[in-house]
Amino acid sequence: MGDTILLAHGSGGKLSHELVEKNFLPFLANPALNKLDDSAIFEASGRLAFTTDSYVVNPIFFPGGDIGKLAVCGTTNDLAMNGAKPLYLSLSAIIEEGFPIGELEQIMQSIKKAVEEAEVSIITGDTKVVNQGQADKLFITTSGVGIISPGVDISGANARAGDTVLLSGTIGDHGIAIMSQREGLRFSMALESDCAPLNKLVSQMLEVSSKIHCLRDPTRGGLATTLNEFARQSKVGIVVEEVKIPVKEEVKAACELLGLDPIYVANEGKLVAIVDPSDADKILAQMKRNIYGKDAAIIGEITKEHPGKVIMKTKLGPSRIVDMLSGELLPRIC
Amino acid sequence: MKFIDEYQDSKLAKGLAYKIAKHSTKTIRLMEFCGGHTHAIMRYGIRQLVPKTVEMRSGPGCPVCVTATADLDKAIALAHLPDVIITTFGDMIRVPSSYSSLQQAKAEGADIRIVYSTMDAVEIAKANPEKSVIFIGIGFETTAPTIAASILTAQQEKIDNFYVLSLNKLTPPVMRALLDSGEIKLDGIVCPGHVSVIIGSHPYEFIPKDYGVACVVSGFEPLDILLCVDKLVEQIENGEPKVEIAYPRGVKPEGNTKARQLMEDVFEISEANWRGVGFVPQSGLKVRGKYERFDADKAFSVSLEPPREPKGCRCGDVIRGAATPLECKLFRKVCAPESPVGPCMVSSEGACAAYYQYGAPENFQGF
Repeated sequence: MGDTILLAHGSGGKLSHELVEKNFLPFLANPALNKLDDSAIFEASGRLAFTTDSYVVNPIFFPGGDIGKLAVCGTTNDLAMNGAKPLYLSLSAIIEEGFPIGELEQIMQSIKKAVEEAEVSIITGDTKVVNQGQADKLFITTSGVGIISPGVDISGANARAGDTVLLSGTIGDHGIAIMSQREGLRFSMALESDCAPLNKLVSQMLEVSSKIHCLRDPTRGGLATTLNEFARQSKVGIVVEEVKIPVKEEVKAACELLGLDPIYVANEGKLVAIVDPSDADKILAQMKRNIYGKDAAIIGEITKEHPGKVIMKTKLGPSRIVDMLSGELLPRIC
Repeated sequence: MKFIDEYQDSKLAKGLAYKIAKHSTKTIRLMEFCGGHTHAIMRYGIRQLVPKTVEMRSGPGCPVCVTATADLDKAIALAHLPDVIITTFGDMIRVPSSYSSLQQAKAEGADIRIVYSTMDAVEIAKANPEKSVIFIGIGFETTAPTIAASILTAQQEKIDNFYVLSLNKLTPPVMRALLDSGEIKLDGIVCPGHVSVIIGSHPYEFIPKDYGVACVVSGFEPLDILLCVDKLVEQIENGEPKVEIAYPRGVKPEGNTKARQLMEDVFEISEANWRGVGFVPQSGLKVRGKYERFDADKAFSVSLEPPREPKGCRCGDVIRGAATPLECKLFRKVCAPESPVGPCMVSSEGACAAYYQYGAPENFQGF
């Protein structure tokens, strides 16, 4: 096999089989996948959670991860955010003709590591190859199935007045790490994406409390958008304090330079939890015991005032509205 | 000193706010001429920190907002020419123009690419020698030197398919135009931060001299802005208008000579068409004759229909400071970031976008 992907790799014939056997299976091997049947078969009973996502991130390699790690963590986390234990993932790849196989192997290696850490399996997959110019290097779609324990009811619509808002760590890391890779915006600091699987953190939180009402990972649109989603779904108001929101110094500096607000910048390894106030301290302590929750903090509370709106008390004292992100996050011009 | 936390210190901010309130006896109106300031003032709730005697109004400081509809129509027409790649700063794409928008043109097949800096546009020209790459040059004195540098780079590297549609504008002339019009009375001006890094503070000296209006150059952190307001209030209360710099870590009185030399080498001053203000003499930059092969206006000709402004849109009034976004009937009801009617809602430096995103304090109790 040569060193780039050819159209023939996606046509289902010999080269396709070679690609799966040499470049996918060695990284993903598990009994269900190894069968290579048209569908993977598994047994599960109880309430199941099902999710899907596509990953088109550019650049595909960035400090702290790559599109493969992002895909596994993203889908794992979507399941975890409903309190589900992630079980199985599917992995579909649309590859642009000419894509270097060496890079594909790097991504598969990433996927392998992520899958091992999250303790999930990729049991079915698909590969297509398109002409040059018809896909931006590589697009990945993952779907995931998880199982929810009895009694667990976590939803964006469950927030109640008086609840406490918790954040698992520093915001803005991923978005700034991505921006730092784009042409013309090179920073001289080592800022890494926070991309990480959060399912173990969530299951540890569920071990100490049954009063977790909402969970969500603030991805595109940032913390601000996630809080607004909760406010609208639950028809409650949210008040947060800017000083309590943890932000790394490097992220603060990059945001000031670009004229961005960290609360709108994407995260890939953080969660927002809305919990009963009586369990807040206990849950916070538990989060801090996990490596992905070591900077966790209480950042605000739920109120019955101004339902559907999020208000932030700024560092200086005055409060302001925090709306959802509209349009794109672009650096300032002048 | 990291220059962020120290300039956002809440105790110092409260101290400055108290000092301003103590000294402010007259009811005064201040205007900022910088989109970055408009945004920062809203984001940090500066209007809630200064006393009721101090009114702050936003003036024409947003590069996307002040670009005239006719000029945007021209950019869109250029985008439809064969073998043309349009390169532009992001916000321009979504601004609705007379009959279309750059975003719509892109969806119709025009090759339009967002760049973060002019040098990116030069790289695109290098990578696509068979196409003509036109950079939509907007901004004030802040972006002009980098655009000038890109033309010089293109000349040096013999890149002959790079062009600039020069729509850059100059701040002091529009300040004079607004003061001359007398439409709204101003007592003090929050002078732009990054523009002043380039031009220094001397170009504002005509303002206290000819109009008796106070001038202070401000930075972008909350303490910078409060310090600026403090100095303006002091000047006005003492009846001693002058030009002061409250952003010494960024601005020197003589500005950045090298940057200005670049600008003066590549551009000459011309009349410019400002949305909301109209044609202002000597307020724009045109590519000089010796670099005319980079001038998109000379290299391409397009025919245009007369420009149309969207019905009910008060961007022009907002840009001039004659109205606040709250006084526009379309604000929030029809015009919102996802469905903008005019540029002030599109651009992250526009007044309407800032009011929408952060909530106007006047409207705060309404939730």
